[in-house]
Formats: sequence, structure tokens, C-alpha cells
Amino acid sequence: MVQQRHVFIAAPLRQETRAELETLLASMNRLPGQADPANGVLPFGRLDGLHVARFVILDDPSLPDRAALGTRLPASEPVYLAFIADFDGEEAAFLAALVTLADAGLRRIFAHCSDFAPDGDLLAWLRDHRVPTAANYVNWIGRTTRQIAEEQALHDALRAARIAQPEASPEALLPILREAARAVPLTPIPAPGPGERVRDAFDLLLLPLIALIVSPLLLLGLIPFILWLRWSETHAAVLAPVPDRARNNMLSGIEDHDITNQYSAIGSLKPGLPRRWLTVVILWIINWGARHLYPRARLARVNTIHFASWTFLDDKRRVYFASNYDGSREAYNDDFINKVAFGLNVSFSNGLGYPRTDWLIVGGARHEQDFKRYLFHHQIPTQVWYKAFPGLSNYDMARNARIRAGLEQSLSGEALRRWIAEI
Amino acid sequence: MSAPIRPGDADVQAIVDRGFGSLAGARFLLLRVVDGAAARQWLASLAFASLAQAKTQRLDRVRQVAFTAAGLGALGMPPADIAGFAPEFVDGLAGNPSRSRRLGDTGPNAPEHWLWGGAAETEPHILLMLLASADDIAAFEAETLAAMPAAACTLLLANASNGTLGREPFGFADGLSQPEFDWDDRITPGGAPDRIYRNRLKLGELLLGHANEYGFVADYPQANGLGLNGSYLVYRQIEQDVTGFWRWLADVAGENGAMALAETMLGRRADGDPLPGLDAATGDFTFGSDPDGRVCPVGAHIRRANPRSGDDPNGRHGFFADLISSLGLKGTPMHDAVASARFHRLVRRGRAYGPMLAPLDAMRGSDAGAESGLHFVALNASLSRQFEFVQGAWVASAYFAGLSGEQDPLIGGRMPDPGGRATDAFHYCTAQGDPRLLTGLPRFVTVKGGAYFFLPGLGGLAWILNQ
Repeated sequence: MVQQRHVFIAAPLRQETRAELETLLASMNRLPGQADPANGVLPFGRLDGLHVARFVILDDPSLPDRAALGTRLPASEPVYLAFIADFDGEEAAFLAALVTLADAGLRRIFAHCSDFAPDGDLLAWLRDHRVPTAANYVNWIGRTTRQIAEEQALHDALRAARIAQPEASPEALLPILREAARAVPLTPIPAPGPGERVRDAFDLLLLPLIALIVSPLLLLGLIPFILWLRWSETHAAVLAPVPDRARNNMLSGIEDHDITNQYSAIGSLKPGLPRRWLTVVILWIINWGARHLYPRARLARVNTIHFASWTFLDDKRRVYFASNYDGSREAYNDDFINKVAFGLNVSFSNGLGYPRTDWLIVGGARHEQDFKRYLFHHQIPTQVWYKAFPGLSNYDMARNARIRAGLEQSLSGEALRRWIAEI
Repeated sequence: MSAPIRPGDADVQAIVDRGFGSLAGARFLLLRVVDGAAARQWLASLAFASLAQAKTQRLDRVRQVAFTAAGLGALGMPPADIAGFAPEFVDGLAGNPSRSRRLGDTGPNAPEHWLWGGAAETEPHILLMLLASADDIAAFEAETLAAMPAAACTLLLANASNGTLGREPFGFADGLSQPEFDWDDRITPGGAPDRIYRNRLKLGELLLGHANEYGFVADYPQANGLGLNGSYLVYRQIEQDVTGFWRWLADVAGENGAMALAETMLGRRADGDPLPGLDAATGDFTFGSDPDGRVCPVGAHIRRANPRSGDDPNGRHGFFADLISSLGLKGTPMHDAVASARFHRLVRRGRAYGPMLAPLDAMRGSDAGAESGLHFVALNASLSRQFEFVQGAWVASAYFAGLSGEQDPLIGGRMPDPGGRATDAFHYCTAQGDPRLLTGLPRFVTVKGGAYFFLPGLGGLAWILNQ
């Protein structure tokens, strides 16, 4: 099975040429914030196996919160330029292909980073600037760009055949559809090999195993932890300022050009070691759960995320969150609050200024207005965002997979009607 | 008339709770302020009906008032300088291309083509809604405008309804599904009971200054009582191509099959009854027994406008079953695409305009000779979470409920999706249970104008006029 991997490359920006960098990045777009797949700097569309990618300037508008809330965190942090991609297969092969495709373009972009050597080894520089991602979510583990493209072509062919026969009964339609499907090449989907199964099973057992081993410690630590948590929750200040209209319009300007949108947010963790440890543990569990509990189509009840990731920056003082989701920002926020407020609270409540939670999962995001304002306060524009399949939602991709699966079965009666109804 | 009078009723404009179905005449006067002080003085001389009055007496004439952001500015109260107004209201309905894109106001529906509201010079400042009997409405309008000093305002448009109540121009019963409100503050939202759909909402979904479905009072302009008991009013003028609609249906389904197909697209009977096979009586059914849209297509108009979904499609089955469901380990993503309708409801106070044409006449090519359509008027407390969500994510979206390639069969704009694929399809099932796919649906409606208004409470209105 081909796994989807995530790479996050970041380096501090040379602020004095930032305007030039922004102009260069904007030149890669066909619409505001939306990459032209064939742009001359980095033609994303020619990278096989690339699902989504972005260039984003990690300029944290919430840094002044640190002083405002009286923390002893440093007043400033570097501004980074980050390149983030989700792709099929191994990282080494992807980075090699990236450099082969766009050596000159990448050098033009990363020349705006303070430690970039224009004549140095680009591939080595990229590797050296990888930042490990603490938690990563993939909507459908193992589904490659090739599979998505082929299944969409299949659906298009079947739909055309169906439209040509508007009055045909399901039984009469079936052979026509099978015939139409024959013209569409479908690469077999590889099943996980024995080695992968063993690794996966080990990874699955890791969390319960660790939990079992440290359970005496957990029990011992439970009461102090609860006391600390409750103290922390009742004493932490909330910072959710009224959104600035101009900034909101700037962010909306690069949204809703496709059914899928990018999302970038950055912020500081609440100070102190317990928060830092708690965040490390929570993100580790999220990463584990995303792989083992939610490998296909949904993250808890949220069905709209293609790829998402949480990445620590600056010795774990800050977290950057990236998402690629279906629908508009407001709908995304609502979906989250209404379906998985507990999950938001667990994953974001260690953030400085997060709406007040109780017992880690209660409250928090349920304070709708504060929560939306907190998110807005931390959202930053993504300068260049690429998606390999414009117009396709997660539901579309899942439907295409069901249509293909139906082809491989012998269908009749109710099952046949259900299958045709999806085309 | 037997409804209890509550202390706040005297501060609420009557329209928030009453449709005044007995008053068949309606005028929507769109005004532009010339001289703010003169306009304030004139408006202060007019009477605006309160809910308390509507509850205690039979009103023969009802006058209500609302302001756009530009209008408040023209009256000397720029809303951008006042804390608490919704940013969507301050921006305006046609205020920026991102909003138009989200709402489906693109192509032929784009604000640049609107008769009013699409450009600064056609943007109304004040909306005066007049309701009276069909015989009296012209006199009521004339008297109201005769009292207007020429220096105060200019009349941009006097939009009239056609006096036919409860039916829109395609011939369908309209305005049936309305939320009810928890005026006595009895509901505690967010618990397990909300896993099941309810039609009664917290008052804060309608009026500013009250707790909403999240259990909190959202920001509103509090200073001087300006926003309390106010609401945001969305007004969109929507032209309906009645002849085009019925002729297309007759072409596709024949004269005898046109009505049945129209009802399938609408999602209910033309007279308002639910489609047979959905449980419960008129106005009180849900789609829970029909998750795949075998009876009422998932993409049907009324299902898009209100999917009648509770917080959890799996319903309520006790703590542990609910927990499993909350963790996303039960049911399918498709059946959980549209949850928690309680956050996305609208009160509608629209009125039809133009001549009414019988479907059969329209099928045979009769043209009424004049434009017909709907003055769509909706009230809500959160423009972003209610109107913009319903319009953008449900009605205009080609991706509603996980569907693809189809918009609202009646009111979709039919612009291609971002991948270039058509959005002019409609999936449904025949009575025999065979799936059908219609393609090439034409655009049957066109947006002709619109604006966001603030409908103040009467205390807030007094502050606006007497500041």
C-alpha cells in the first residue's frame, strides 16, 4: 500500500526582501492564493503523487498576546517561510522529484530565507530544514492521486453513459454501464503487505502498551494533574478580540475559489512545562488516533478534512496548524463546534488565550463567538495553495470509490438501484 | 390574539413574530436619505407597530422600518464606529466579491446586474414595510409618502406585492416552514435531547440581546439600547421565470407528469403537504426515515432550505451509544453531512409579486406579460451563521449534503463548479424506486436586487431617530 506522507520545510525569512517574496509567490497563482498548476516557478501539476501543497509565511499576529497576558515568553520569534506538502510515497523520492522539477524556482523562493546559500546543495538544504510534524491526519490512508484520478474518470464515463439512457431501467442500464467502464483503465489497489501489517499492528498496540506501562505513574499523578488542570483552567485568560473587517476580507479573498479551502493558523502555547508535556502527549494521541481509529473518510464526525497537521515551532513554544477542508470557513468552524467541540478543546486548549475549558473537554469551543474569534485571531493567509483535484470534495472521492467497488460486485435489486443512484 | 403579552413585546417590531397573513397588500419602500436630520424627524413622526399592539388589537395597517449600514451612516450613525454590529451587515450583501462568490451571486445573479442594491448609487438606506388590506394599501402608501418632506429622502423604489398570500409565482404554497421561538426562555440548549430535531429555537436566533442556540448572548450594539430586541433583515428580490419553469417541466415530463416532477424538485406537494411516505403531518415531518432521499430527494428545495436534522443523525440512544456516535464510530459520513439545523434557521416574511399564472397556461406558453417573483425577506440574529450559511452551504452549493453536480433545482444559479463540471443535474427516485438523473436544468430564477438591513427594536429606533 502506498502511504501518504507529509513534509514541512521552514526557514527564517529575510524581512528586508519580504515584499519581493510576496510578489514572487503571488506570480505563481491563477486566482488570489490559488496556485496555477503550470506556473513557471514551481509547476505543482507536474509532480506525480502530490495531493496538496502550500507556501505560507509564518508571521504570527498573536505574538503580542504573550506580553498582554503577562507571560514570560519571549516577545518575538522568527518569521518563517514554510513549504508544506502531502504526497504519495516516500519523502526522499518526493524531495528529489521536487528539486529535479523546479531547482531554479525553488532557489528563487528560498533565496529569501536568511540562511540559504544560493550556490549550495538545494536538496541537502531542504532536508536540513525539515520540521517534524507532531500530528498528521490523512482523510483516506492509502488512496493515491492515481486512484483518485482514475476513479473520477470512471465516474465521468459512467455518468455520460447514464445520461445517454435517461429512461433505462436499472437492469437494462447495468450492462451499458459495465461496457462504459471497460474503456477506463483502473490500476489495482495494492493491499498492505505482511510487513506493513505487522508494523501497523505494532503501532496500534503502542498506545495501549505505553498506557499500561505508565498506568501506575498516571494513577499517582492523577490527583496533582487534576488540581493543576483545574487551577490552570480557572486562571487562564481568554483572548478573542473582535475580528478586524479588513483582515477578514483579506482572508476571505483567498477562500472559496474551490470547494476545498486551505487553513493556516499559528499561536503560542500557554507557558510552563505541564502544558508543554500535555500538548506533546495529546498530539501524539491524535496522531495515533488519526491512523488507527480514523483511517478512512472521517475524523471523529468531521468528514470534510482532506489533510491536516499540527507542527511545533520554536522549541515547542508555538504550534502551527494546517488544514485542507471542504466548504467555507464559517461552515467549517460550525461543523467543528457542533460535532467535535471536545476534540477541538483537547487539541487547542493548550493555546494561549483559548476560550475557557472545563476538565479539558467541556466548554471551550462551545463558546461559539469566542472560539471563532480565537481562531480568526490566529489565522494567517496562505500565500500559495495547490490542490491536485479542483472541484472534488471528500464526499466525491469516497463516492467514486464506492462506484468502483460496485463494479466489482454482482449487483441486483436494491443494491443495484443504490449503486446507480450514486452515479 | 390570545398570545400572552410579555414585557419585551412593546419593544419589538411586530413583523418578527407575525406574518400578517390577513393583510394581503404589501409595499416595500426603498428610500435614500438626502438630509439625515430631516429624515430622522420625518421617521420619528411615523408610527411603527409593536408586537404588543399586534397581540392586543386587530391592526389594519402595519408599518415597520429597517436600515442598511449606509442608511445608518446617512442618519449620522456610521455602524463601523459602533461596537457590536455584525461585520456582514457593515460590509453589506453586495459588499465584496468573496461574499457574492459564497452566496452564489455570480454570473447572471451578480450584483452588477441588480436593479437595486448592487452599486453605491442604487443602495437603499431605509426600508419601510407597509402592510394593509389589498384595497387600502395604495392609500396607506400615498399617505406615508405624502408626509415625507422632499428634503428628507428620495424614493428609490416602491416594490409592491401582488396580494396573493401563501403562494409563490411557480404556484407552490410558500412560507410554511417557520421556526418557533422560546420566548419564555425554557430551553437549555446543547444537551442530549438536541440530538433530535426540534423546531423551537432560542430567542437569540431571532433577536439580538438574547441567549442563542449555543446558550450565549452574542455581541450586539449594546450602547444606549441600540441593538436590544433588534434583528437583521435580509431582503432579496428574486425574479421567477414561471413560463420557462413549466415549459421545461412539460418538455421533460409531459403536461401530465409536470406537476409530479415539480413537486419532487420542491420536495413537497404544491399545496404544502409533505410527500407521502414521510412521517407526520404538515410542517412537522423530518427526513430521518428517508436518509437516502428515496421519497424526498436529498437535493430537493425544501430539504436544502431546512434539512430538519438534529445534532446527531443517529438520534438519541443513551449515554454509551451516544458516545460511540459522537466519536464518529457509528453510521456513515454521507448520512452525517448535514447536522444541527437548529443553528441555521430563518424566519421568512417574503411576499410574491407580479401576475400569477396557472401551471397549465404556463406550460402551453402563456406569458403573463410582466415579471413575477418573490420579495424574499428573512430575519435572523446572525447573518453569517444563519442566512449566509443556508444560502451558501445549503441552497446555492453544488456540494450540499455530499451531493455533487447539482444545486437547488428551483433556485440554483447553474454556474459550473470550480473543477469546470456542470451543476445543472438533479437526482431523484421514481415512485417505483428507480433512480433517475436529470441534467441540463435551466436557471429558473434571477436575483434582481438585495441588501442587508438592521431591523431595530423600538427602543433602538428611538435612539437612532433622537440621538
